[in-house]
Amino acid sequence: MATFFQQLVNGLTLGSIYALVALGYTMVYGIMELINFAHGDMVMVGALVTLSLTHVLAGLGVPLALALPLSLLGAMAVCMALGWLIERVAYRPLRRAPRLAPLITAIGLSMVIEQVAALLWGRGYLTFSLPVSRVWNLGGVVVTPIQTGVLGLSLLLMWGLLWLVRKTSLGRAMRATAQNPEVARLMGVDTDQVISMTFVLGSALAAVAGLMVVAYYGIGNYTMGFMLGLKAFTAAVLGGIGSLAGAMWGGLLLGVVEALGAGYIGDVTGGLFGSNYKDVFAFLVLIGVLIFHPQGLLGGRAGEKV
Amino acid sequence: MDEYPLLVAERIGKHFGGLRALQGVSLSLGEKTITGLIGPNGAGKTTFFNVLTGIYKPDEGTVHFAGAPLPSGKPHRVAERGIARTFQNIRLFSQMTVLENVMVGRHLRTRAGLLGALFKTAGTLREEQAIRDRAFQLLEFVGIAAHATRVAATLSYGDQRRLEIARALATDPRLLALDEPAAGMNAMERKRLGGLLEQIRNMGTAVLLIEHDVRWVMGLCDRITVLDHGERIAEGTPREVQTDLRVIEAYLGTSRSVTA
Amino acid sequence: MKGVSCRWLVLGGAALILLPFALELLLGNGWVRIVDFALLYVLLALGLNIVVGYAGLLDLGYVAFFAVGAYVYALLNSPQWGLHWPIWIALPAGALLAACFGVLLGAPTLKLRGDYLAIVTLGFGEIIRIFLNNLDSPINITNGPQGIELIDSLHFGSLSLGQMHHVLGLRIPAVVNVYYLFLVVVVLGMVFSHRLERSRIGRAWAAIREDEVAAASMGLNTRNLKLLAFAMGASFGGLSGGLFAGFQGFVSPESFTLQESVMILCMVVLGGMGHIAGVVLGAMLLAILPEALRAAGDWEQMVFGRIWVDPSNLRLLLFGMALVLMMLRRPGGLWPSNARRNELQGQ
Repeated sequence: MATFFQQLVNGLTLGSIYALVALGYTMVYGIMELINFAHGDMVMVGALVTLSLTHVLAGLGVPLALALPLSLLGAMAVCMALGWLIERVAYRPLRRAPRLAPLITAIGLSMVIEQVAALLWGRGYLTFSLPVSRVWNLGGVVVTPIQTGVLGLSLLLMWGLLWLVRKTSLGRAMRATAQNPEVARLMGVDTDQVISMTFVLGSALAAVAGLMVVAYYGIGNYTMGFMLGLKAFTAAVLGGIGSLAGAMWGGLLLGVVEALGAGYIGDVTGGLFGSNYKDVFAFLVLIGVLIFHPQGLLGGRAGEKV
Repeated sequence: MDEYPLLVAERIGKHFGGLRALQGVSLSLGEKTITGLIGPNGAGKTTFFNVLTGIYKPDEGTVHFAGAPLPSGKPHRVAERGIARTFQNIRLFSQMTVLENVMVGRHLRTRAGLLGALFKTAGTLREEQAIRDRAFQLLEFVGIAAHATRVAATLSYGDQRRLEIARALATDPRLLALDEPAAGMNAMERKRLGGLLEQIRNMGTAVLLIEHDVRWVMGLCDRITVLDHGERIAEGTPREVQTDLRVIEAYLGTSRSVTA
Repeated sequence: MKGVSCRWLVLGGAALILLPFALELLLGNGWVRIVDFALLYVLLALGLNIVVGYAGLLDLGYVAFFAVGAYVYALLNSPQWGLHWPIWIALPAGALLAACFGVLLGAPTLKLRGDYLAIVTLGFGEIIRIFLNNLDSPINITNGPQGIELIDSLHFGSLSLGQMHHVLGLRIPAVVNVYYLFLVVVVLGMVFSHRLERSRIGRAWAAIREDEVAAASMGLNTRNLKLLAFAMGASFGGLSGGLFAGFQGFVSPESFTLQESVMILCMVVLGGMGHIAGVVLGAMLLAILPEALRAAGDWEQMVFGRIWVDPSNLRLLLFGMALVLMMLRRPGGLWPSNARRNELQGQ
């Protein structure tokens, strides 16, 4: 039973990271029906920038308690600028093009970002360790301060995002654009700006998720965004693409499924398969959802619009 | 009128979220007839078409065609059963040639498969020639055979509408459903289109059409159904519909408050 | 007119037959080998072109089908299972299994929007690699990360293409044997692609690509037709994989990365989606490119005395940029077909 709860805690931590990234996918999809393949790489950029800045600041003698938030802010700024740029350069000119075109630029961009990161940071693994050794042991279940930090921060951010979308004028404009861009434009909404802001917001969340990943796993690499992006997208589909609450629940659920799957697969299959198959679960979930319930847990639409 | 109608749609209901697009709409039509579906903008005419042709699944009601229920939500099965359609905002395969557009329409009634294509078997070549001949024949029928090799998108508006009709006819339909076929045409073109539709009816294909121009419809159709706000408000011969108070009200809208 | 094109056909054919000897004489055997691999890429690009160019579906994990074909051939023709099956079984088996995987993957996704197919294939490409890497236990199927070695070379009965042959006093080394086999397969692939494009099925694919709703309303079973395109493309990939395994003599998971999928996509997009000649051109260009970059690296070494940026590391960066720039500036590719050029410019 301790294993179960331990995997549950691990899964929730992981899931809250997925949820943050999934929000970026779902927001962009909700507004312009585009899968932004480069979004996973945004997490990678956020992670590596944070990591480098922290090392630089620490080298200058800045205490970690100050260096970490500063680095995160720096990484968020970089990602937001990059997100804005990507939308402007690669997606906006193709808004009226056939559907295949933006998908192809998206995959191309993802490639470009990864390779530039490889040139800047090298192809090896970069380490990142926070000097927190204390752990809490709750009846055999080990919880680290990093885990609580990740969970707490992501809940805070999700709450903030929901508030922004539901209560502010930007949020209202976003919802209007998602419903019907033509009408929103007629009503005086600057839809171009709304789309830009959506990319910027999603990228900021991705940067935070990036910090969480390196803090949690202790390493970062230029390819780290790929699998993470794939899983976060799965989470978004699982929750119902286009739905913010869906992305959150989908993320948490997927994290838990994956952690429990990885924890138990050996026992269930009698040692036939090991935890090295953990990346397969997300994919199976994705296929399963698409077959049986393509609209996801909380609505959204998967079919072709007429 | 026919004893057994070709198409019987009963109490069709469709809503999108909170919006009721159709409510309890019934319509039946017989073979060898032209039926008009009219009504103000937003009355639910195109929604009805989309339900009929399987693009939408109705929330309520059933559609029977030629004596058997019509599958819902499967446009290709509907076409197979014998209903072909055109679209309000013309949906041609715009970068294919005019002839190719019509040839796609023959897909349903032809068989050639993968192996036939890969090895160019005699049967496949023969069928391909038959497809081509039939397509050309249909282009002649609607009067645009001279443009057969042009890219569809380069045709004039009226010719694009005609091409859509030829493409639909290529599926050998028993019912041809036209969504505003005369939109954007001048009086002369309308008259010619009317003649074409009558010819199609006389050859044994029933026609159902959505139209705004009430006068044109009145002269052309055998029967007319009027929709307003997703409900059927009148049904009958052109003369009956023309004198129906609810129809006059729907079209003139404020007439009552003005005269009152 | 007919006479002129016929003469070009004969001249072109003769040039293709003499090419490997010319290359061998002028640049050495290594270049014949490079051209052999380029031909495999042409076959892959032709297959992906059916999916992306004809049917308008984006497959981002195409290399997975290449992997399936390669491993099928490897397992049926190596000490791994002790099997040595003739290639007229092993190659079609790989193509068929790849097509089956295509159907399995496409069936749930092809009724949804195209984006889902893109992401599912992206995932599938990675998952296949995870399985290839890990299926060395509990039963050793793929031999894990080490891959499968000592694969029998391509052979027809007792005639092995992996050895030097002497014909009429002419030395024909292995790479040249293989060149001719691959050339025949590629030409067949081009002919089949061409025939498909001009067939009832090809017309239906084009219709679906242009307007799926209208296509369905004309009675096209869009899901099955898309599935057929997907399976057809996958079988080209599987066949290519089998040839690859027989030629290279070993296979391992690292040959089948996402980068390979993107590269094949890049060949199709760069050359001209839906246009056979363009796709062949794109595949040839990008298959030779790494060699050019290697040369650029030597040149850099010579001039600066050290390597600042390894040009072969720039390969993927260039692919990514090419995809973006082509879509923005020249969506029909370097050598577009007439129809496609207009279509992608939205005119």
